[in-house]
Amino acid sequence: MAHESSRTVDDAETASGDAAATVPTSGRTEKEIIFSDLEVPATASTNMALRKNSASPLTATFAAVRTNPPKKAPRWRSVLPPMTPKLATGLILIAAIVLFGVLGPVFLGNPRSIRDIGRTPPGGEFLLGTTQTGQDVLAQLAHATQGSLLIGLVVGVLALILSMIFGVIGSYVGGWLDESFSLFTNIMLVIPGLPLVIVISSYVEDKTIWVLAVVLAITSWAASARVLRSVTLSLRSRDYVAAARVSGEKSWRIIVVEILPNLIPVLASQFVLAIIAAILAEAGLSYLGLGASGTFTWGTMLFQAQNGFALTLGTWWWFVPPGILIAVLGGALSLVNFAIDEVVNPKLRTTTLRKDKKRLKKRLHTTTEGGVPV
Amino acid sequence: MTDDTLLSIRDYNIVYETERPVHAVRDVNLKLQRGEILGLAGESGCGKTTLAYGINRLLRPPAVIRTGSAILHDKGGYDIDINALKVKELREYRWDKVSMVFQGAMNALNPVISIEKQLGDIFSTHRPQMSKADRREESAGLLDLIGVGRDRLRSFPHELSGGMRQRVMIAMALALKPQLMIMDEPTTALDVLVQRDILQEISELRSQFGFSVIFITHDLPLLLEISDRIAVMLQGEIVELGTAERIFRRPDHVYTERLLQSFPSLTGERGGFIRSGNDETRTKDEAIV
Amino acid sequence: MRYIARKLGFYAVALWGALTVNFLLPRMLPGNPVDILVAKLSARGPVTDELRDSLELLLGGAPDQGILEQYWVYLVGIFTGNLGISITYYPVPVVEIIGQALPWTLVMIGIGTLLAFIVGVALGMLAGWKRGSWLDNLVPVTTMFQAVPYFWLALVLLYILSVGLGAFPVSGGYNYNVAQPGFTWDFVGTAIYHGTLPALTIVISSFGGWLLGMRNMMVSTLSEDYIVTAEAKGLRPMRIMTAYAARNAVLPSVAGFAISLGFVVSGSIVTEQVFSYPGIGSTLLQAVNNSDYALMQGLFLVITLAVLGANLIVDLLYGVIDPRTRANG
Repeated sequence: MAHESSRTVDDAETASGDAAATVPTSGRTEKEIIFSDLEVPATASTNMALRKNSASPLTATFAAVRTNPPKKAPRWRSVLPPMTPKLATGLILIAAIVLFGVLGPVFLGNPRSIRDIGRTPPGGEFLLGTTQTGQDVLAQLAHATQGSLLIGLVVGVLALILSMIFGVIGSYVGGWLDESFSLFTNIMLVIPGLPLVIVISSYVEDKTIWVLAVVLAITSWAASARVLRSVTLSLRSRDYVAAARVSGEKSWRIIVVEILPNLIPVLASQFVLAIIAAILAEAGLSYLGLGASGTFTWGTMLFQAQNGFALTLGTWWWFVPPGILIAVLGGALSLVNFAIDEVVNPKLRTTTLRKDKKRLKKRLHTTTEGGVPV
Repeated sequence: MTDDTLLSIRDYNIVYETERPVHAVRDVNLKLQRGEILGLAGESGCGKTTLAYGINRLLRPPAVIRTGSAILHDKGGYDIDINALKVKELREYRWDKVSMVFQGAMNALNPVISIEKQLGDIFSTHRPQMSKADRREESAGLLDLIGVGRDRLRSFPHELSGGMRQRVMIAMALALKPQLMIMDEPTTALDVLVQRDILQEISELRSQFGFSVIFITHDLPLLLEISDRIAVMLQGEIVELGTAERIFRRPDHVYTERLLQSFPSLTGERGGFIRSGNDETRTKDEAIV
Repeated sequence: MRYIARKLGFYAVALWGALTVNFLLPRMLPGNPVDILVAKLSARGPVTDELRDSLELLLGGAPDQGILEQYWVYLVGIFTGNLGISITYYPVPVVEIIGQALPWTLVMIGIGTLLAFIVGVALGMLAGWKRGSWLDNLVPVTTMFQAVPYFWLALVLLYILSVGLGAFPVSGGYNYNVAQPGFTWDFVGTAIYHGTLPALTIVISSFGGWLLGMRNMMVSTLSEDYIVTAEAKGLRPMRIMTAYAARNAVLPSVAGFAISLGFVVSGSIVTEQVFSYPGIGSTLLQAVNNSDYALMQGLFLVITLAVLGANLIVDLLYGVIDPRTRANG
């Protein structure tokens, strides 16, 4: 009921009052009118027009407004997400963190060197203060950033490969292979990941960062495999794939040439998600003291902070920065993912719709009638 | 006008306010008689559905009624200015005065709640004084009336065939005994036999209850069979309006003529398909199948 | 009926898979856990042959048994409720320790997860219904919470609310001075007081995901034909929003609830550690740190069973709320 209050009732008189002046009734060619008459958007909200892949100029107008492709853009440009403020923010944040992780360890000192100035608050010589044993938090943070990014990237790649094997190949080949891959995927999906990682890693004697990455990848690919499977299944039944099959193309060639290119946006989105998941999982594991030995990551920093009584002693500058970096990187990656999602699923775009609505309101002082807001 | 007029539409204009505004319905003037079946014909995209949605104020942005009025002359002796209805009045007006049967009954029914509930919420909204038992009895009666049978009350849409779903839709449209029923391509997705049954049903129900029908379709021969009068729309305008008989014998507008020619004739006298132009012996059913 | 049978079949297979993984892990990975354990135990006293046998049964390494025979004995042991003996709490059976820790986790994580789901879905429904409203514009902000690690949020909340303001206890599941475990008001009161902050952490960090999913489904559902029908029927907006839009839009979220449960449990294990909450998670950590393999295996099994069970319940519930699953099997 609440939303009714904001609804302005359609005022027929106002509409008829200023209408005659603005309606462009003449001066258009007949062809234009025929093509631009669309029945569909009336039956549903405006974004129905977007979903339909019709060639009508109305859709084209929407598309032009939203994706603003340059007039003679090369074809691959259409795969790239449009540069929205969201995407730009995400990319800038990611770039900043990556830069910090790459260059920081070079310029900042040894994160392990101990000084007798424990728990110095931020400011002065040490921008982010020092730990209980006088280590430079900023230097630790730089090394930790490098470690976490590395883990995220490696696990992301490994998980993507695994999910492609189980998601794409299985569903393309079909038959018993698909059935068994799908069953396996679903089982991996319902077995809780972190407990499994904890159990596995407790049996492995000395954990290098690579062992850890493999373990994390093994336990995290299933969700994307399921997404990839459903997308591949729908791609497989498209006409051009069927045509390639009939004409006797080899399976691997069809997968590489016909299917993979269409999977790229989905793969990108799954890759981004895998990186977030990996960084979070590694942080959790390291925080529990089960991380790779001898490396710095955001998780190990938090582990050390916990063991150094940072919480009870109030050394907030020790445990807050790693968490903020995880959150910011995760948030930035989600922003990128939003942008990719909007390429895959144009219905989700809201920014320009809102602009349209504002413009409409200004011109007409009316909105929809009835119960369903748009 | 005379007492017989149910709906008067005057100078009706609907525009899609997009970057390049699209004039979907232009300068439509129409009077609908009580108890009349008016056919609205035209190719897809000509604005016929938009016009129908306008009469029920179902348009969503960017579609906007720019000018004109639609007045419903209620049988109670008062007039309803549809464009001036406030939100609450509009809700009460909908379905009670004008009900709709939608294109593609496939998705027009809510897939996850039972037929009984979908019929029932019409009564609980518009006839709050009805008891639960009354609602159920009324719904069951409607399903019997339309030939689906009351034992389907508990069914969900996916358990019914396409024809049955469309009948359920018509049962819903009948629920409140409205004075006008707008049917938007109600038989398009059905096979020919089911289509025929349903059309017959509509005609009988019309004579039984006396409601008017605006029947929208691109299938002009079908309209010739069922309608009293036919309006032909082209690019948002009504280019021709007359009795079915007159439209069939002496179409005024060249577009109507083309529409008639593009379908094989009922009798086989008129010349077959516009493209081939020579196959004059085909019957209607062959062509549709 | 066929739907239910199929689901039961799947979970039976999944259960068998989990049991097998549990059996194979200690046997496949390098090192001999039995030797490590025996070395540990002998520090406390003499290790009997019987104990060594029972450990080998559980963890492998018995030289005179084939792997299939071991597998059989292992399965029999599990179905008779024999998960071995804990080293950390020697000689308490693993089953007993799990029995003590499980209720804490089930109640706290259960309530937290359900609350997060309900709050997220309800807000998502409103955000999708009124697209472009202030709530809708907050959606990206709430999804940011998802990127925050559970345990770090727990640390910050603990630091601000417990250490700083003293509004909540710093650790533990109940106050020993107030009451002993049992069904008394005092105990329930202190347990709720201790459980609030951990549960709150779960709610804050996971409701954003539900919100986004529900919001997006709501948006696409609103363009369905049956929404127009409902509108044309003159139904009240509240009815359209709940019975027509949300009722359909929530289905994928319910299906997704099952899948995300694994993630929630994973996050909660770490969260328990932050609050020193006496549940399954902290017990698992303890087991790992003490190389208490029997306890560890038992805990992993119980966690997996709980997640599988919850998944099964959600799947059955889904069968009820989506009538189409009943027909197609």
